[in-house]
Amino acid sequence: MYVAVKGGERAIAAAHRLLADERRGDPSVPELSIAQIEQQMSLAVDRVMSEGALYDRELAALAIKQARGDLVEAIFLLRAYRTTLPRLGHTLPIDTGRMAVRRRISATFKDVPGGQILGPTFDYTHRLLDFTLAAEEQATPQPPQPPTGDAEPITSMPRVTDIMTAEGILAPETDSSEGNSIADLTREPLAFPADRDARLQALARADEGFLLGLGYSTQRGYGRSHPFAGEVRMGAVAVEIQPEELPFPIEIGDVELTECQMINQYKGSAETLPQFTRGYGLAFGQGERKAMAMALVDRALRAAELGESADSPAQDAEFVLYHCDNLEASGFVQHLKLPHYVDFQAELGTLRALRAARREAAE
Amino acid sequence: MSGSPEAAGGYNFAYLDEQTKRMIRRAILKAVAIPGYQVPFGGREMPMPHGWGTGGIQVTASIIGRDDTLKVIDQGADDTTNAVSIRGFFTRTAGVTTTARTEEASVIQTRHRFPEKPLRAGQILVFQVPIPEPLRWLEPRESETRKMHALEEYGIMHVRLYEDIAQLGRITTAYDYPVRVNDRYIMRPSPIPKFDNPKLDNNPALLLFGAGREKRIYAVPPFTKVKSLDFEDHPFEVQSWDHACSLCGARESFLDEIVTDDRGARIYVCSDTDFCAERRDTGHGRVDASEAAE
Repeated sequence: MYVAVKGGERAIAAAHRLLADERRGDPSVPELSIAQIEQQMSLAVDRVMSEGALYDRELAALAIKQARGDLVEAIFLLRAYRTTLPRLGHTLPIDTGRMAVRRRISATFKDVPGGQILGPTFDYTHRLLDFTLAAEEQATPQPPQPPTGDAEPITSMPRVTDIMTAEGILAPETDSSEGNSIADLTREPLAFPADRDARLQALARADEGFLLGLGYSTQRGYGRSHPFAGEVRMGAVAVEIQPEELPFPIEIGDVELTECQMINQYKGSAETLPQFTRGYGLAFGQGERKAMAMALVDRALRAAELGESADSPAQDAEFVLYHCDNLEASGFVQHLKLPHYVDFQAELGTLRALRAARREAAE
Repeated sequence: MSGSPEAAGGYNFAYLDEQTKRMIRRAILKAVAIPGYQVPFGGREMPMPHGWGTGGIQVTASIIGRDDTLKVIDQGADDTTNAVSIRGFFTRTAGVTTTARTEEASVIQTRHRFPEKPLRAGQILVFQVPIPEPLRWLEPRESETRKMHALEEYGIMHVRLYEDIAQLGRITTAYDYPVRVNDRYIMRPSPIPKFDNPKLDNNPALLLFGAGREKRIYAVPPFTKVKSLDFEDHPFEVQSWDHACSLCGARESFLDEIVTDDRGARIYVCSDTDFCAERRDTGHGRVDASEAAE
């Protein structure tokens, strides 16, 4: 009569086999290759690399395949792998001013040195299902040819924010970290008050959906910061290290990045003239939604440092930073699936006793 | 108990690299030196989700050595799925001997229970902790609660317990019941039923608590005073049952209620499977429902 309510080894092994089978789907449909995911699901790969905090397209594609397309699960796989990697050193700060730009837009000036470059964007597509994509064999679309003639390769594309800073109307970014130490949340736990380096790291790893909602809330009046997209740029940036034995840095590769610099109104204080301030967002690959939302939230979290009132959720560092990581959130929400027989039994006992006491009192 | 580094399936002994283990051991030493104090540590991502015991697993991985014998329980049972999974993880990554017998284990990792059999000096009990902060439901901000601990500002907790008594006639916290450790820090014993709280007091074993998501470690060293919060006129008391275990007849253990049909019939069995099995092996028998309910 006492049925086995407690699972075991065999159940787990069987669940794993079932999962593998579901992942593969109908075997008459060809299996996805890592290269296909990497090439044709590239924005999924970008998101997994950003929130997985590891720049490796192939591993991110593998994680997506293994996770059956569940990106939060894929991010988890990549993070769990990343944490086992040795640290070989630190790169120099990257310089996005020297980015090989593929897309660059500014919403604050009609034209800027280097020009506006639309690049590969969904922005002006009409969201109509393209049924021709449903046909499997198609001609490969030809990318547009760059304009010929006297157009030179774009070598200089100064950041819009640098131009504004030079004029003094935009507050310069200052290095708040002492010496060379930069916060690293993967080594040291979050502590409060959290400096901007720690905050930006947490936001860079944060769940895109969570940041999107929070950023949106600042636009609707919960911590309004009057943002303008000063610049969004996307492209490849060189990564350099400085070996101790050499007098010059060496380039070890490129990473594709999306950077957003949000420009926000600031009324100034007794000591400072009114000027613009900024919020910063950065994501691996083409992660515009993430970078823009991150920039809004970064600026919102600067409320205290800029002497603004901070009473909205997006301005509350403890609220934002403790809840933005999708690994932590997903794990803790879903752990409610694990057995809680013992605590529930304890609660049952209390509840029954309370009910009995109330009934007795009523009699 | 030092782990000697050696690759097992491409990973270090007990999964974590030695630098990480050292960092965690330093946090454990600090936790032992300041009983009940929550020590922040650089918690790592583990290959299982937060909420599945990543804190306890990191603590176990940092203290376990080749000669250790490991027992893993969840809800008191060795055969619940997550206990099976964690035990499998350490078998795979550390190759240690595992056991279901409480007395044979040198390290016991647990979720939500304290074993029924008394522990002895030299054993280590590692708790998986979801929320380490006892004041969290009263004050959501970590920056505030850390200050409250530093200043020993615990009035708010007593007020909460008092409000329960005033409104409901009793303290309604049934598990994760707050304790005061070594007359100083208020500590969350992790979600063990308050039935288990008395076992924390003056226990000969070392009790370690790991919270992976919240990145905190705390400890109760052997033979340390642990007092469940109460009032003189409302002393702390533990749960009791009108039933005995249907399998072994025990009346002194924590019982799980099991619904056996859709007409409300239920039986009660020990949540500690090892304790129950041993009693059955030594001749304690089945009790039928009518007898058990005496």
